[in-house]
Amino acid sequence: MNLPRIIACTTRYLYLYKRSLPRLMEVFYWPLLDLLVWGFVSTYLSGYKGTLPDFVSFFVGALILWDILFRCQQGISVSFLEDMWSRNLLNIFVSPLSPLEYVVSLLVISLVKLVLASSVMVAVAWLLYSFNIFTFGVLLVPLVANLIIMGWSVGIITTAIILRYGQETEVLAWGIAFLFQPVSAVFYPVSVLPPAIRAVARFVPSSHVFEGMRRIIRDGTLPVEELAWAFALNAAYICFAIIFFSWNFREVKKKGLLSKVGE
Amino acid sequence: METVVEARGLTKEFNGFRAVDNISFDILRGEIVGLLGPNGAGKTTTLHMLLGLTTPTAGDIRILGRNLEKDREEILSRVNFSSSYVSLPYSLTVWENLSVFAGLYGVKRPGEKLKGLIKTFEIEDIKDSATRKLSSGQITRVSLAKSLLNDPEVLFLDEPTSSLDPDMADRTRKLLKDIKEKKGLSILYTSHNMKEMEEMCDRIIFLDRGKILAEGRPSEVMREFKGASLEEVFLKIARKEKTCFDGADG
Repeated sequence: MNLPRIIACTTRYLYLYKRSLPRLMEVFYWPLLDLLVWGFVSTYLSGYKGTLPDFVSFFVGALILWDILFRCQQGISVSFLEDMWSRNLLNIFVSPLSPLEYVVSLLVISLVKLVLASSVMVAVAWLLYSFNIFTFGVLLVPLVANLIIMGWSVGIITTAIILRYGQETEVLAWGIAFLFQPVSAVFYPVSVLPPAIRAVARFVPSSHVFEGMRRIIRDGTLPVEELAWAFALNAAYICFAIIFFSWNFREVKKKGLLSKVGE
Repeated sequence: METVVEARGLTKEFNGFRAVDNISFDILRGEIVGLLGPNGAGKTTTLHMLLGLTTPTAGDIRILGRNLEKDREEILSRVNFSSSYVSLPYSLTVWENLSVFAGLYGVKRPGEKLKGLIKTFEIEDIKDSATRKLSSGQITRVSLAKSLLNDPEVLFLDEPTSSLDPDMADRTRKLLKDIKEKKGLSILYTSHNMKEMEEMCDRIIFLDRGKILAEGRPSEVMREFKGASLEEVFLKIARKEKTCFDGADG
């Protein structure tokens, strides 16, 4: 064992964190998110008097729906990363393909990945837990549509940030969706959240989707108000995401960064 | 002869640093123009501005008679690019990669086109191999095949032969010259191989610190800078021997 060599190698990793805010944030990010999500779940469960209503539907259904948002975001960001890792972005952007066409192709591939992943999840949930997500019936459609659109918005914004700030921000592709998990109230009602976080949750489309899902399980009624909120917020966010991507793409071209993405 | 690339007053600043400083030049149909200069001279920035990858701070670019900013899609469907510094998706096979780019360029009868290019670049034996398994020379050949998919009228080549062995590099140069003769292909060529530049280029543009230091036939530039070869001229400029600048119009 050679101590100077071990120190040199360790220093190499420390240098990475010294200059990279995203990497530094990642050190605190996951433990904090886990603590928040499971802390709120514990608060919800400990405060519940009596029998929990349809426990499996609440949790397994929520998990399957959450995965829709996550897969859509990742389907976009990771597909972009594949082009970055293979140093193929220049070939793409010197072709007649427009940036908007590129984004649309990322949306399409995210849907393909979503269908594959969801099929497996739905089948396993049915086989192992006798949970059939299709018992939601047609009410599932607006829930899923909202989660897809929110996943796309987050994915497009993440891609724009990676395009602009390069490889050191690629950690966002793996973790940014989880930033929305505590405020989305996936596994507990929004009422469990402290007032400040509840105020934030009001502007997160997925929180309305999960509130809506719980209403459907509990009462079997269409959560019109929640869905209206979710659709309105999503319409605003997807427009913002496209504008943000276009603006960043122009900035990247101005700064000559397109050839440096991935370095 | 028809002008296919017109650059006028092209300037690019990065945070106050002028990487390209008010340069103007033309490329004619069927002409091979070499862009050379020391590292940091502004070659790559110029190339990227011509490809629409970097937005100029000032100046105009017209390619095939159209404005690059306004008619990007139309222009890019009629030009192409290959660089030894750019790769292709590693997981895809050679055939799959070329098929994808045939789609992006709207190539008609792509199967036929691919077969022809695969034969031309002698990559039949690797056409079903994943790109990650290829040597850098093989990737360069695939990349060159990709650059000819749409029968481009203007080709931008960034050190296209740097990963090729001398035999394949020589055959690639001959092939490009052949296409130039037969189809009137115009090429903007960057390379650090000065012998290659002398052999390939009808005209060279010598950049230094973002400005055009010299422009003309390789023999004219050599005469102007009193060098026996382009390599000698390059070394003089790169090492800033001020005496060699006598008579240069900077």
